[in-house]
Amino acid sequence: MNSELLIKNGRVIDPANGIDEKCDVLIVDGDIAEVGQIKKSAETVIDAAGKLVTPGLIDIHVHFREPGDEEEETIASGSAAAVAGGFTSVVCMPNTKPPIENETDVEYVHRKARQARKTHVYTMGAITKGLAGVELAEMGFMSEAGAVGFTDDGNGVQDPSVMLRALKYAAMFNVVIAQHCQANSFAGAGVMNSGYYSTILGLPGADPLAEEAMLWRDIQLVRKIRLGKIRYHAQHISTANSVELIRAAKKDSLPVSCEVTPHHLLLTEENCAEYDTNYKVNPPLRTSRDIEALKEAIAEGMVDALVSDHAPHLQSEKELEFLTAPFGIASMECSLALFVKALIEPGVLDWPRLIELMTVKPARIIGVDKGTLSKGKQGDVTIIDPNAEYLIDVNKFHSKSRNCPYHGWAVKGRVEKTIVGGEIRYSVGD
Amino acid sequence: MAIRKGKQLEWKHKHLLGLRDLSAEEITYILDTAKGFEEISTRSVKKAPPLRGKVVCNLFFEDSTRTRNSFTLAANRLSADVIEFTKTASSVSKGETLLDTARNLEAMGIDIVVVRDSAAGAPKFLSRNINACVVNAGDGFCEHPTQGLLDVYTIRKFKGSLEGLKIAIVGDIAHSRVARSCMWAMTKLGAEVTFVGPPTLMPAQVDKLPVSVSYSLDEVIEKVDVVNMLRIQFERLGGNPFPSVREYSHYFGLTVERMKKAKPDILVMHPGPINRGLEMESEVADGPNSVILEQVKNGLAVRMAALFLVNQAAAQVQ
Repeated sequence: MNSELLIKNGRVIDPANGIDEKCDVLIVDGDIAEVGQIKKSAETVIDAAGKLVTPGLIDIHVHFREPGDEEEETIASGSAAAVAGGFTSVVCMPNTKPPIENETDVEYVHRKARQARKTHVYTMGAITKGLAGVELAEMGFMSEAGAVGFTDDGNGVQDPSVMLRALKYAAMFNVVIAQHCQANSFAGAGVMNSGYYSTILGLPGADPLAEEAMLWRDIQLVRKIRLGKIRYHAQHISTANSVELIRAAKKDSLPVSCEVTPHHLLLTEENCAEYDTNYKVNPPLRTSRDIEALKEAIAEGMVDALVSDHAPHLQSEKELEFLTAPFGIASMECSLALFVKALIEPGVLDWPRLIELMTVKPARIIGVDKGTLSKGKQGDVTIIDPNAEYLIDVNKFHSKSRNCPYHGWAVKGRVEKTIVGGEIRYSVGD
Repeated sequence: MAIRKGKQLEWKHKHLLGLRDLSAEEITYILDTAKGFEEISTRSVKKAPPLRGKVVCNLFFEDSTRTRNSFTLAANRLSADVIEFTKTASSVSKGETLLDTARNLEAMGIDIVVVRDSAAGAPKFLSRNINACVVNAGDGFCEHPTQGLLDVYTIRKFKGSLEGLKIAIVGDIAHSRVARSCMWAMTKLGAEVTFVGPPTLMPAQVDKLPVSVSYSLDEVIEKVDVVNMLRIQFERLGGNPFPSVREYSHYFGLTVERMKKAKPDILVMHPGPINRGLEMESEVADGPNSVILEQVKNGLAVRMAALFLVNQAAAQVQ
């Protein structure tokens, strides 16, 4: 076989190789063959004039709900949503039912992903059996089966001695330990941020200390261990104080990374004022002061990945009282446009830096050799029209779920084509 | 005068969800309407016809005796038919969802839903999803608007106006919908409100609310015209916000001894049911300054006004 795909005349942005210029990308037999001024033709030619041509986007924090909650999302529907959002690789969280906690579970995810044949689907495994925070899960076998990190996402590992053990043990396999920072004793039964709005709405609030106290504790553990290959990743950080903790850890060159979601950059606790459960998310929406701190951290390069934390839920589950509805926002299909609105439009980032945070940097966190257009790498490419303006319409989502508070938002920046391993897996309008 | 201004107002709300969203004029208008209804309860035939042919449903997902009976009686006195719906919880895990329950009741042709729910925002959620009028009878820690109204009604009755009055609300502020509804109504009508209780029972960012905060009942009791004692709601207290009932009563109980420092004409209020000997001593609850039973009596008139006004607004919409 000798299939050739040539993407011509686009603005090629490949942050890992310092490329930002109008040129062409040639993919041969599924791999990147050449980036530059390419004179020859190919069997398939895409004219990308006026478009951005970037390494395939990578989202290292999604929930595809399979196994267990297939009515909300499946690996197939989630994969279709991923390519519609421009993502050629995603990382599923292990808090399924049952959780992903052994090598068979990891292989199951990979098999479903192969069948879906849309995007590369990776998974993290559980840190502890049953996500219960007590006994370590088989991290070695899971990483051999292809798990790209470990987390009890949805829960934080409460017991500091268990967390210390997890970090030490994982160092043996050079895998990242990702933490959903939430000290339950501070979070209590909170369903939104603790503050003025929780007070006047009469809803139990979760103290921001729940996130900050655990992040602080984990950083102390990382500082103490100082093993060569330990890597710690703070998931969906959301407060100004968390930013300070990350900044201090990075200043001391600790192996600590972090990620930020679009909702923690665009929405605040005030959005909960009408008890609309589409704004119920964990960690909860914070304040405009926190948003400013997160943006500043992103501008400074303190943040390592932008993620959706795509968390699909049924309409019927979200049509409950705010107190009882589940946490989560399904936003993978619009997250690129949301990051454009949050970061590019106000001038926090330019395109190359945004793409870096959605490609090579998250790839490094999970230790996967992706997110570049280097010669010989897998032909994962996203083509973006940076000027397309449209309204977000949840009814056009490929995801099974519609729990998305951005319905009707006017945004700029649209995924035109998503190419995975040299195959066009999504074109706008699909 | 606020009263005359109120009378001219056109009531437009087909739901009564909370007092935070109402203006001083609207609150005064409800109070004035209630005043008109108070007289009905003094007649030998205690009934008037404004809600004849209308169906009121008491949808209570939390225990209640006085509020529920008060609403039932208020609806009866206005000649409405009343149906009772009781369930221990509305969460989906316990069976039918709140929305399904309400839609089923609506299919039976109810006109007004009086809802109490442990989930804050449940009345607002219902009002968005059904056509019937919704009256909030208490939602989580958020609001209990008819309690707030009957409290200011009672104060107005004894003090003439709330303008410039100093009022203390004492106890578990964090978990109290009564404290919140009272705060909105009292401050809108010109009173100065102080929340009194231990810091562990104050809500988050209490400094952003239109009230003062004190941790000393001894300091506050000398200065206030009204003291509203909240019930310690053991069922809502998370963790261990104070070490013991004994220590709580020592600092925040309204005792005979403490009452000696109060103004002679101080009004003593309590939304009930009282934990005698905890929030207040029996001698105080039953003493000359107590208007606790007057509050219960006025609750009836206020709830008649609430049902009457939402029904009227719904009729205007149609």
